[in-house]
Order: sequence, then C-alpha cells, then structure tokens
Amino acid sequence: MKPAKQTKVNHSAKSKAPAIRYDLRLYVAGQTPRSLQALANLKRICEEHLAGNYRVEIIDLLKKPQLAAGDQILAIPTLVRTIPKPARKIIGDLSNTERVLVGLDVRPIPGNGTH
Amino acid sequence: MSKKLRPLPKAPTGIDGLDRITLGGLPRGRPTLICGSAGCGKTLFGIEFLVRGALQFNEPGVCITFEESARDLALNVASLGFDLEQLQKSKKLVIDHIYIDKSEIAETGEYDLEGLFIRLNAAIDSIKAKRVLLDTPEALFAGLSDTGVLRSELRRLFGWLKDKGVTAIITGERGEGTLTRHGLEEYVSDCVILLDHRVQNDAVTRRLRVLKYRGSTHGTSEYPFLIDEHGISVLPVTSLGLTHPASTARISSGIPDLDAMLEGHGYFRGSSVLVTGSAGTGKTSMGAHFVDSACVRGEKAILFSFEESPEQIIRNMRSIGMDLERWVKKGLLHIESARPTAFGLEMHLVRMHHLLKTHKPDVVVIDPISSLLPGGSEHDVQALVLRIVDFLKHSGATGFFTALNAEDDLQSTALSISSLVDAWILLRNIEVNGERNRLLYVLKSRGMAHSNQIREFLLTHRGVRLREVYLGPGGVLTGSARVAREADERRAEIQRQQEIQDRERAITASLRAVEAKIAALQAEKAAHENELTSALGADHAEKTVALADIEALRKSRGMTIESTGRTQRPNGREGKS
Repeated sequence: MKPAKQTKVNHSAKSKAPAIRYDLRLYVAGQTPRSLQALANLKRICEEHLAGNYRVEIIDLLKKPQLAAGDQILAIPTLVRTIPKPARKIIGDLSNTERVLVGLDVRPIPGNGTH
Repeated sequence: MSKKLRPLPKAPTGIDGLDRITLGGLPRGRPTLICGSAGCGKTLFGIEFLVRGALQFNEPGVCITFEESARDLALNVASLGFDLEQLQKSKKLVIDHIYIDKSEIAETGEYDLEGLFIRLNAAIDSIKAKRVLLDTPEALFAGLSDTGVLRSELRRLFGWLKDKGVTAIITGERGEGTLTRHGLEEYVSDCVILLDHRVQNDAVTRRLRVLKYRGSTHGTSEYPFLIDEHGISVLPVTSLGLTHPASTARISSGIPDLDAMLEGHGYFRGSSVLVTGSAGTGKTSMGAHFVDSACVRGEKAILFSFEESPEQIIRNMRSIGMDLERWVKKGLLHIESARPTAFGLEMHLVRMHHLLKTHKPDVVVIDPISSLLPGGSEHDVQALVLRIVDFLKHSGATGFFTALNAEDDLQSTALSISSLVDAWILLRNIEVNGERNRLLYVLKSRGMAHSNQIREFLLTHRGVRLREVYLGPGGVLTGSARVAREADERRAEIQRQQEIQDRERAITASLRAVEAKIAALQAEKAAHENELTSALGADHAEKTVALADIEALRKSRGMTIESTGRTQRPNGREGKS
C-alpha cells in the first residue's frame, strides 16, 4: 500500500505536517440518499486506497450555508481535496472509484484495483 | 365581474425609458431573460437594475456573477457612478462570484446544483433581497460536462426563483440562430429582452427590444439605447404620436424683415421650421439669429452643429454683428458640436435627447440636419428627423433645422422632411451680371398668411436684412443690378418731382392771370353800375320838376281834374295816337 504514494510524500512533506497526507472535505446538503451514497463511497475509497492516512470533514451546507462560497461549492455532493495542494474538486456521489482516484491523484493500488 | 382585475405587478427598473416601454418595469417576482451578443451591455443592464432597485426603490439585490469577480465588476461599473462596495457595506447588495474551472473538477457520478441554490438562498436571506441578477448561468455549461443535469437544474433554479418571489434578471449570450447559446429562453419565458449592437457605416448603435412579455402589453419596436456616465437610457421616441398641443403664441425669427413676411410676428412657438438652401446661402446665420433672439428674451437655446465647432460659430457670427459668446457664458445657450460620423444616427438622437432633457431649451437649432445623411439611409434619417420633430413638439420647444441641398435641385433634396415641418423657408443663390446674390422666400408656413414675395437676403455687419427685389425683363434684379435700378428709380423720381413742380407753377401763374382779369372786369362792372344809378337819378329829378311845373300850370288855368287825363295823354302815350 505504501509504494503508491512515493511521489507524493516529498511534495506534501515540504508544505504540511507529514502526519496527514490527505485532507478532504465532503460537502453535502442534508441527509439525502445521494449524500449518504457519497459518504459511503468516500469511506470505502479512503479505507481501500489511502490507508488511514487521511482526514475527512463533512460539511452540511443546510446547516452552514455560508461555507459554500469559500470552496466555490456549486454541485452537491462535492469532495474537496485541500491537502495536498493544489486543491481539487470531485463532484458527484463518488460511485466511479477510478475517477475519484484520478481526481484525488491517487494511483490505484495493485491488488485492490484491477490487478 | 364585481372583482377588479389586477394587472401584472411590475418592478420598476429605474432605467430611463425602459419603464415606459414595459409600462412599469419587469414582471415582479418572475425571472426576465436579457440576451444579446458580447459587449452589448447585458451585465450593465443587470447591475443597473440592482443598483437602482437598491437606491431608488429600497429593494436590495443579489448579484451572482459567473464570469467576473466581484472586484472586477465593481471596477467596471464605477465609471457609471455605481458604487457597489458602498452598497455592499450598507447591506443593499450582495455579490457572489461563482466559478468553475473544469480543469480542477472531476465528475464522479450523480450530482445536482444544490450548492448554488444554497448560496443564492443564503445571499437573498442575508439582506432580504428582492432582486437577483444571474450573470450568466451559461458559464456553467463550460465548467460541467453533464448538460442533462445542468438543464434540469437550471429549470429548477428558475422555478425556485419564482417561488422565492424575487424579481430576477438572467443574462444570456446570443447563440447561432437561438436567443442564447444554451437555450435559456426555454426556461425563462415570462419576459425576454433582446439587446443588440449593430455597426452601420462604421458607427455602432445599440438597440433594445422587448421580445416577449407575458401578461403585459409593451412597446414592440427596437429602441435605441445609450450607455454613458449616467448608465443606460432607452429612448422610446418612435411612437410619440400626433397629440402635441398647438400653441398660438408666436416667436420671432430674430430677423425683423422675415417676421414681417410671416404676418409680422414670426413663427409659431413650438413649431418646426426648415431652412433649405445651397452652400453659402446663409442658413447658419439664420439659425444664429433665431438663437440670439431667444437668448435676448432670456429663453434657453441649444445649437447643434455638425459642421463647426462652438468657437468657430461664435467667431463667424461676430462678423455679422452677433455676440453669441455672452449667451454661452450666461448659460442660456449651449452649442453642441459633433461630427455626424462620430456616432451612429441613434446615438446622435440619444445625445440630443439627453441634452434636451437636461438643458430644457425653448429653441433648438440643428445645423445642418442634412449632414446626418451619410450616417444612414434616407429612410433612417427621415425617421430620425421625425423623432426629433415629435420630441421637440412634445416638449414645446421650437425647432429650427437647416438642410443643405444642391443648387439645381432646390426642393426635392430636402430629405423629404419638408412635409414634416410647419414652415419651410428657401434660400437660393442667383447668379446675374457677374454677381452671386441670395434670395429668400417662404415656401410654406402652416396656419398663417405668409408673404408670397421673394426677398433679397443680405448679410450685413449688423445681421441679416431682407430687401425687396425688382422684377426686370430678365427676371428678378438683385445686388448691384438692384442698386442700379434703385438709383434709376431715384433719378426718375426726382425728375418727376421737378415736372410736377413746373406744372404747378405754370398753372398757378395762369390762375393768377385769370384772377387779375376777373378783378379788372369787376371794376368795370362797378363803374357801369355807378353810371347807371346816376343817370336814373337825374331822370327822376327832371320828371319831378316837370310834373310840378304842369301842376302849377293847371292850377293857374283853373282846369278840372277830369281834364288832367287828357292833358297827360300827349306826354305819356305818344305812340297810340
């Protein structure tokens, strides 16, 4: 699981504390089926591909609408990768794992993915 | 039937002229689509709607911009006098910049645009906004690839805006063969306004048209509009109609001799006067006279010049003894000079409109209106003049237009506007005996018994003078021919005077002779009469003496009275015996 992230290690180590490699925020709007779906997908992907080296914050815009502007949230659900830089956005319910990994710039780990 | 029908509620835009076209503004609580090509003023239109709403109608607004950042937007409209930052501070306006960069977004499955709704909702609620501008949601199509979702979400958005009860403006870029590139008009169908800017003869004219207005009547024409330092102004001047009042008051032409030709009082106030003539016939001078006389009376005047700068006009008019500068300094006269090619026709009209509104003149001179011809077709210019004439009449100002025409075609080239004007004065050159002289006549003057005479038009150092012309064998006599003729007349007059005096003298003399004769005869008569009386007196005395003698004789003879008769007979009636 580790060799996949070699390129990223140096990069993030320079800019941030080495402890957390991935800082993610998931924006949802209430407990809609799509939000729950996205949350479930995110959990699965993180566990399978990020090896626990991540942090996820879930923001419900219905409760905190003022937070939407900061990350330029438009589509719901949106997953924002704030670390490592640059920020990236992944919209949708995250059901397409491959695309999520591409979006997060995470290489699929052999064995868990196609190999 | 007893229920009173309520018309569609409207939200006034505050944009000059637009509220008149739409009879009150945009549909309140409904979205309106503003579409047009790039640079036609869509964003500005929307911003002005928000700013005026906030300032004039106490309706705070939310601006969701998809293209420009809030700072750029504020900078862009600052030149129009809109202080967006101040409005934001005073909680009259919220600007939210929404952008999507496709390169930093990955789409992984189903999503919706709830985030947009939430942001919009939060913004609206934060200041209790009544107005919303979305500029332009079409940018989303560039950022998101799932157009199916986008379309359904936009449809939902416009429905949501309606439910929210805000009056919204949605802008959209003009597409090929469609109103907007991505067919926003499918979703926003309550009111559609089309903005357009066209290049005609190198000059740009902006136009606005209300394409659709559900539930309301509206002006359907294309209206020119202007963006200047006051924002947008639309000109609903196409269909003013013929309802203007007609004044019976008169206004001097500034040339006493011309006034004399017009029943002695000049033009009708509020009418329109056309002066046509070929080059150098004195049209501008006539216009200047008109303006000058208005300013002398303390009225306001505007002189639109398409050929000369204000300085030049002032200098040139000094040469005929007119000081226009003092009126400019006093603020009574405004001289507006612009090359006809500087803007499109509509732009000229809009500028005139603006000035007329701000300056409120009593007298307007446009010199020459024919200069506008290269700016458009004859039809366009005619329509323009019609609008100006209508507008002037409605505002009660007296219009004075000059038009240049060709020397050999005096009447037809008057832009076919001669039927629009109330008075038409023609100036022409006449070339005779090696001189060029000017003639003036009143071709028509509605509603008055104007002179039918041709006058010679003189530009003197004390202004324009009109002189009688002489009809000679070769036509009218003007210039030195007239002067010679005048000298001839003067000589003939003197001669005639002398002849009269001579005859008078002769007659008086013979009269005196007769009188003398009468006196002599009278004397003679008196002498004769004297003679007669003295003769009669002597005769009577003799007779008395004779009678006395006879009596004495009778007495002495003692004769009776009877015999007296006999004795008398031989004395009195000798012939009967």
